Amino acid sequence: MKTIRHTVLTLWALVFTVPLLWAFMSSVKTDAEIFDSPWQPPATPHFENWSRAWEQASIGRYLGNTVIVVGGSLTLTMLLGALVAYCLARYEFPGNRTIYYTLVAGMLFPVFLALVPLFFVVKQLGMLNTYHGLILVYTAYALPFTVFFLHGFFRALPGAVAEAAFIDGASHAGVFWRVMLPMARPGMVSIGIFNFLGLWNQYLLPKALNTDPDDYVITQGLAALATSRGASSDWSGLFAGLVIAILPVLIAYVFFQRQIRAGLTAGAVR
Amino acid sequence: MRHGKYRFLLGALTLPLALYGLLVLWPYLQAFYLAFTDWTGVTSEVNLIGIDNFTRMWSDPLFLAALRHNGLMLLAVPLAVIVVALGLAAGTRGTRVYRVVYFFPQLLSVAIIAVLWQFVYTPNSGLLNGLLTGLGLDSWRHSWLAEPDLALWCVIAVLIWSAIGFYVVLFAAAMESVPADIMEAAAIDGAGELTVFRRITLPLIWDSVQVAWIYLGILALDGFALVQIMTVGPGGPDNSTEVMGLTLYRTAFTYSKFGYASAMGVAIFFLSLTLAVLMLKFTRREKVELA
Repeated sequence: MKTIRHTVLTLWALVFTVPLLWAFMSSVKTDAEIFDSPWQPPATPHFENWSRAWEQASIGRYLGNTVIVVGGSLTLTMLLGALVAYCLARYEFPGNRTIYYTLVAGMLFPVFLALVPLFFVVKQLGMLNTYHGLILVYTAYALPFTVFFLHGFFRALPGAVAEAAFIDGASHAGVFWRVMLPMARPGMVSIGIFNFLGLWNQYLLPKALNTDPDDYVITQGLAALATSRGASSDWSGLFAGLVIAILPVLIAYVFFQRQIRAGLTAGAVR
Repeated sequence: MRHGKYRFLLGALTLPLALYGLLVLWPYLQAFYLAFTDWTGVTSEVNLIGIDNFTRMWSDPLFLAALRHNGLMLLAVPLAVIVVALGLAAGTRGTRVYRVVYFFPQLLSVAIIAVLWQFVYTPNSGLLNGLLTGLGLDSWRHSWLAEPDLALWCVIAVLIWSAIGFYVVLFAAAMESVPADIMEAAAIDGAGELTVFRRITLPLIWDSVQVAWIYLGILALDGFALVQIMTVGPGGPDNSTEVMGLTLYRTAFTYSKFGYASAMGVAIFFLSLTLAVLMLKFTRREKVELA
């Protein structure tokens, strides 16, 4: 019984890992070796495929674009999301509920519904094919869930510490920065991981709003390379590009796998 | 003691709410208006045409094909993912290392997954045909994504592959909160493993399963990135993998029929809303709570 169980579990593990290992192996083969036999390891590993993908196929540039856009939008999302969630959770003022429900309602709508008008709004603002345009759009669409998630966190924090800080003469902003935000750290880490992956993996929004090949983010760039290839294209370079795109996430997962799994699944049950 | 409350609130809320209003709310509202127009992107020429876009959608063979394909995905993906994930979550009790491996695809972008699987399905140098030859099953070789009867199933398989790991971890976490003594008591009373699962574990983790139905349903109504990157055309061969998101995208950004595309967006919205409501209704069970 135990052996059967482990055999089944191992088979499933192979289903998830073999395609990835195979892509890794193919990324250090020559084109001829790839066509010759998909299973054979290379005679000698050709890591120059990787540098070719990085430079000639612009994978390096796409990664750079992604780092800028994701870095900007993640910082902005966390900052604004935490502020809004904090204000709505800890202050009473007219319109509080209305604002909260309007924000949370944003999660109900599929992005496809907004796509056409969004394109023209961004166009009118002159922000098509710009970093800041993409950063602001990413942030706006990540806000509803971030606020929803952190709202619960800020609500659950004890009020006594904040009261004490106010008596000591702290300002509203000071209480938020130095007292409440540090106490909400576990929530910030979870939603931070969740947002990082969500933003890093965006495809639909950049596909519609970021159409200049020089500005492509990694998902877009890789997809464009894969779909535009003709008979003469560089297969091993494409595999290398794919592996380069996977590696950062894989490395992060090796170090933070527990936090990452907790962060992503915490998002679902809320 | 608390002066400046409103100044603080104003300072904190203005920018995020303006951003949300301008880039999220306003486009969503506009979409409902544009859906009833014949707008083609030229500012001065917008005519209200009533429900013409919607009646046209109902006789548009491409959109109907897309609707059918999303419908098929809706039947296949949630069920397959939930069944496999429940099995794997129960099977990995006590051996977490498997879950670490199963979860990894969840971190990859759909775009990366699509490129990877396009390679796997490649007829001559792909992993799948290579595997079949290696196992001596040459007659099972296919040109997967190029065959109209198979292409959609190939896409569905990738969708399932990419989603399972997440639900294994989600269900496993839920199962860990089921107290062991209840299960032991049932086992002592002579209940088999399957009975324990059906009568004790499943009812106690039903909340997670319900969440899974809704999320997977919404996932099955999409499929845009996979189809757009993996399939020929995209959406081919012979429109056999067309999905609603792709039809919308092409109608808008290739043919500039922005009014018609917005109507498709409205249709997708109501479909997903109906779906969520139905899923909640049909998966409702009496809530089992531990005292």
